[in-house]
Amino acid sequence: MPLDLVVNVTIAGVLTGMVYGLMALGLSVIFGVVRVVNFAHGEMMTIAMYAAVALFTLWGVDPFLAAIPVGAAFFALGYLMQAGLINPFITRPEHSQFMLMVAVALIMVNGMLMAFGPDARNVQIGYQLESWELGKILFDKPRVYAAAMALATSGLLFLFFKATLVGKAIRACADNYLGARVVGLNVKHLYALTFGLGSACVAIAGCMMILLVDVTPNLGPSYTLLAFIIVIVGGLGSMTGALLGGVLIGLSEALAGLFIQPSAKSMFGFGLLILVLLFRPQGLMGKKS
Amino acid sequence: MNRRDFNKAAAAVGVASAFSPLNVRAQAQKLKVGVLLPRSGFQGLIGQSCQKGADLAPGVIRQMLGVDIELMNADTETNVDTARTRAERLIQEGANVLCGPFDSGAAAAIAQVAEQRGVPFIINIAAAPQITEQGYKFVFRNFPTAIDLTVNGLALIGDLFRVTNTVPRTAVFMHVNDTFGQAMNKGISATLPRLTNLPFRIVDTIAYDPAAKDLTVEVSKAKAANADFLLLVCRLNDAIILRREMVKQRWHPMGVVSPGSPGMYEEQFSKALGPIANYCISNAPWFNPKTNMTKVVKSAFAKANPKENFVFHGTNVVYTYESILIAADAFKRAKSTDPKALAEAIRQTNITDRTVLGGPLKFNAKGQVEGNLSACTQNLNGEPRVVLPESAAEAKPVFPAPDYKKA
Amino acid sequence: MTPRSRILLALLGAFLLALPWVVNPYLLSVATLILYLAYTGQAWNVMMGFAGQLSLGHSLYVGVGAYVSAAIFFHYGIGPWAGMWLSIALCVAIGAAIGFLAFRFGISGVYFALLTIAFSEFFRIGFDHLQWTGGSGGLFLKVAQRDQIDLGNFRGPPAMYYYAILSLTVSALIFCSFLLKSKAGYYWLAIRENEEAAQALGINTFRWKMLAVVISSAMTAVAGVFFAFYYNNLFPEQIFHISRSIEIILGPIIGGVGTLFGPILGAAVLTILADGITEILGALGWEIPGIKQVFYGIVMLLVIMFLPHGIWPPLARKFGLGK
Repeated sequence: MPLDLVVNVTIAGVLTGMVYGLMALGLSVIFGVVRVVNFAHGEMMTIAMYAAVALFTLWGVDPFLAAIPVGAAFFALGYLMQAGLINPFITRPEHSQFMLMVAVALIMVNGMLMAFGPDARNVQIGYQLESWELGKILFDKPRVYAAAMALATSGLLFLFFKATLVGKAIRACADNYLGARVVGLNVKHLYALTFGLGSACVAIAGCMMILLVDVTPNLGPSYTLLAFIIVIVGGLGSMTGALLGGVLIGLSEALAGLFIQPSAKSMFGFGLLILVLLFRPQGLMGKKS
Repeated sequence: MNRRDFNKAAAAVGVASAFSPLNVRAQAQKLKVGVLLPRSGFQGLIGQSCQKGADLAPGVIRQMLGVDIELMNADTETNVDTARTRAERLIQEGANVLCGPFDSGAAAAIAQVAEQRGVPFIINIAAAPQITEQGYKFVFRNFPTAIDLTVNGLALIGDLFRVTNTVPRTAVFMHVNDTFGQAMNKGISATLPRLTNLPFRIVDTIAYDPAAKDLTVEVSKAKAANADFLLLVCRLNDAIILRREMVKQRWHPMGVVSPGSPGMYEEQFSKALGPIANYCISNAPWFNPKTNMTKVVKSAFAKANPKENFVFHGTNVVYTYESILIAADAFKRAKSTDPKALAEAIRQTNITDRTVLGGPLKFNAKGQVEGNLSACTQNLNGEPRVVLPESAAEAKPVFPAPDYKKA
Repeated sequence: MTPRSRILLALLGAFLLALPWVVNPYLLSVATLILYLAYTGQAWNVMMGFAGQLSLGHSLYVGVGAYVSAAIFFHYGIGPWAGMWLSIALCVAIGAAIGFLAFRFGISGVYFALLTIAFSEFFRIGFDHLQWTGGSGGLFLKVAQRDQIDLGNFRGPPAMYYYAILSLTVSALIFCSFLLKSKAGYYWLAIRENEEAAQALGINTFRWKMLAVVISSAMTAVAGVFFAFYYNNLFPEQIFHISRSIEIILGPIIGGVGTLFGPILGAAVLTILADGITEILGALGWEIPGIKQVFYGIVMLLVIMFLPHGIWPPLARKFGLGK
C-alpha cells in the first residue's frame, strides 16, 4: 500500500473527524448539562443546513457568514424549546424524553419535506472543490475551513465556560443540580441558556456541513446517532472530548475503510462505542461521576 | 376505515371472504388502476417523479387508445408494511389492477397481496430478479432485471469503446453496497469474464455504504488502483459526493461509466455539480427519443409540468406510463374488468408503439418483459443525451473525457 | 381482574376470533399488523416496563429471529416450527451477552439504550455483508400457494397468519400477566423503583435483570420468525433499521409502559391513527407528501406531553378495568 495513500486517508480522517466533532459539540454541551436525550439533534442540524442554503440562494451569503445569523436564530429557538417544551421532561424517565424528541424529530423531518421538497439542496461556492497540494499529499479546502471553525467554536465555548460568570453557573448546575438551586441559581433559565448555546453550535455545524454534504430532509437520523457516539466516546460535557471523539471516530472509520472494507467502516464507530461504554463509560475526557 | 366500508363488510357476512373478491361488472366502461408509489420517505424524490408519469397516463391513453382510466393513487411511504396495507386497501376500494411500486422490497410485498387476491400487478420499476421467479400468475414486470441491466450495460460499454476507438485496459469498480449494487456486482462477476469482446479487466472492487456522507477513503483507494476508467454502480446522493471527491483528489480517469444504475443522469446530479457533472456516462433503461408515443408523452409532460425538464424524469415517467398502458391495452382487448380476464389479456400483450427503448412489449412465461434495452447516455451541457445505440442517438459520445490525465 | 374487565375482555376476544369472517381483507391485514406490533411491543415491555431497561435496538432480535429461521428454511428446507427454536436460542444468547456486558459494567439508562442501538447497527451492517443470507440483496423465501394451509411450513391464507399472531399476542398477554404476579414481577418492581434499595434488601438484581432481557429477546425472536414467513423477504437495511426499533416501542409508550394492555392498546391506536390520518387527508385532498407524518408526530407529542403514563392508565381508571 503506497505511503501517500495512507497519509492522505489519515489526514482526511482527522479533518472529517473534526467536522463530526463540531457537530457533536452542541450535543455534548446540552447532554452534559441538561441531561436531556436530544434525539432531534441531527434534524436540528438539517434545518440549519437548509437555512444556510436559503441565505445563499436568496442573498448569496457565504455559509461562514451565515453561521452568525443562523447561530443567533438557533440560540433563540433552542432557548424557547427548552423553556417551553422540554423543561417538564427533565425529571421524566428517559424513554419519555426519547419519545418526545422522536416526535419532534418526526415533525421536523416531514415539515422540511413539505417546505423544501425531497430534492437535495446545496450551495455552490468556488472553494468547495479545491484542495491544497503538498507533493502527493492533498488537503481538502472546505474540510480544513470547517475544521478551523470547529477549533474556533470550541475554543470560544471553552472560554465561555471557564471565564464568564454565566458559564461557571452553568457548570455548577451540571455538577450539582441541587446545590445550584440551593445557592439560588435560576436553573430553569440556565438550562434554557445551555440548550440555546448547544443549538447555536449545531447551527454553526450545519453551516459548515453544507459545504461538504447536500441536504435532504432525511439527513438527520444518521447524524444524531453519530453525535451520540462521539459524545459518549469523548466524554459528556467536555468540548475537547467532543473534538477528540470526533477525530477518533473519523480516523478509525477512515483507516478501517482503507485496510479492511469501506462498506463496513461504520461498524468500527459502533465497535468503539461498545468498547468505551464497557471500559470507560465516562468517555475519554469525561470525569468519573 | 369509514362507516360505509364497515357496513359493506358487515353485510358481506355469509359470503365467505376466503375466495378472492371478484368485482365482476359486465361491460365496464372504466378501468380502475391503483398506483402505489413512494411519495414520501427516503425514496420520495423518485416516487414523485414516477407519479408524474402516472398522472399524465389517463389523458394520453384516452387520446391514443380511446380507453378510460381512473387512477387511484396511494403512497407507500417507502415502508413495506404501508405498501402491503395500501395495496389491500386499493383492492378493497375496487382497483382492477395495481401498478408500481418502484422498490424491490415493496414490490415483493405487494406481489404477495396481488397473487393472494388474484388482482394483476404490473411492476413499473424494480430490479430484483427473484420477484418474477416465484411462479406468480398475477405479477408482471416491465423492467429489466438486474441481470438484464448488467448484460445490456456491459454490451453498451463495448459499443462505446468501439465507436470512440478507445481501448481501456483496466477499470476500477465501485458500487453501493445495497440490494441494487450487490445484484449488479454479482451480475458483473458472472457476465464480464464471458464477454471476450471487452478489452478491460477489473483491477479492484470497492463497495461502499450508500448512507455514507464521506467517501474520501473509497475514492483514495480507487484512485490508487491507477485504472483507466471508473465503473460505477451508484445512487444519486453518493454519486454526487463521489464526483466531488474525485475532483478534490485530482483524479481524472478516462471516464465515469455506469453499466446500469440511477444517479448520474438525474437532475440533481447536474444541478448540484454544475460543469463537473458533464461527460459522465450512464447506461440505463431509457426512453426512445425517436418514437411517436414518446413525443406524445413528452408533450403531455411538458403541459402538466412546465418547469420540469422531461429528460431528467424520462425513465421514471415512461416506465410508469407503460405499466398503466399495459393495463389499459389489456382492458381494451379483454373488454372486461374481471381480474382473471385482465391477467390473461396482459399475458398476451404485444405492444410495438412504445416509449421505452427496446423491442416489442411482450411478457414471457414468468411475467417478465424481455427486450427492454438500456441506452448509453452521457451528460452533455448539463443534460443526459442518448449517445448509443446509434439508431436512437441524439449526440456523439465523448470518451475519454476532456479532463483525462493519465495516472 | 374486575368482573367488568372480564366481560369486556371476553367480548373483545370473541370479536377478535370472529374477525376474518366479518371484515374485508384490507382490514384483516391492518389487524394483523396491529397484533404484530402489539405482540412485539409486549415483548419489549417486559424489558422496559417490567425491569426498567430501555432497549432502543430491539429490531436486532426481530432481525436475527427472522433471518435465522428464514435462512435455514431457504438452505435446508427446515420448517419454521423447528427453526423457531434456533432463532430463540440465538436471540437469547445475544440478549444475554448484551445484558451481561451492560449489567456487569454498570451501564444503565441512556448509556444502555445507546449500547443496544450500537449492537443493532453493528448487526445491520454485518448482515449487509453476510452472503449466506443474501447480504444487502435480501433473502427471498419461495412463496408457495396461499390457498391451502400448510401448517408445517407456515404457509396459507392471510386468515391463518392472523390467527397465528392472535394466539401469539394472547399467549404473551397471559404469560406477562402471570409474570407480573409472580416473584419475578415483584422483584422487577423493586428494581425498577429503586435498584440500590433492592440490592440492599438482598435481591440479586443482576440475575433478575438478565431474566427480563432473556425473556424479552426470546419473545421478540418469535415475532421475527412470524415476520419472515409472513413477508417472505428480508433486507438488512429494513429489518434491522433503527426506525423499526422505534416502531416497536411506540405502541407501549403511547399505550402505557409496564401495563398489561398498554402495548396492545397503543399499537391499535397508533395504527388506526396512521391510517385514519391518511384517509382524512385524502378526503380533504391534502395530498402533500409528509403532511401525514407531521400530524402523526403532533398527536404523539400531545400524548407524550399530557398523558405521560400512556393512554391505558387513565382509561383503566375511568372504566374501572384494573391493570
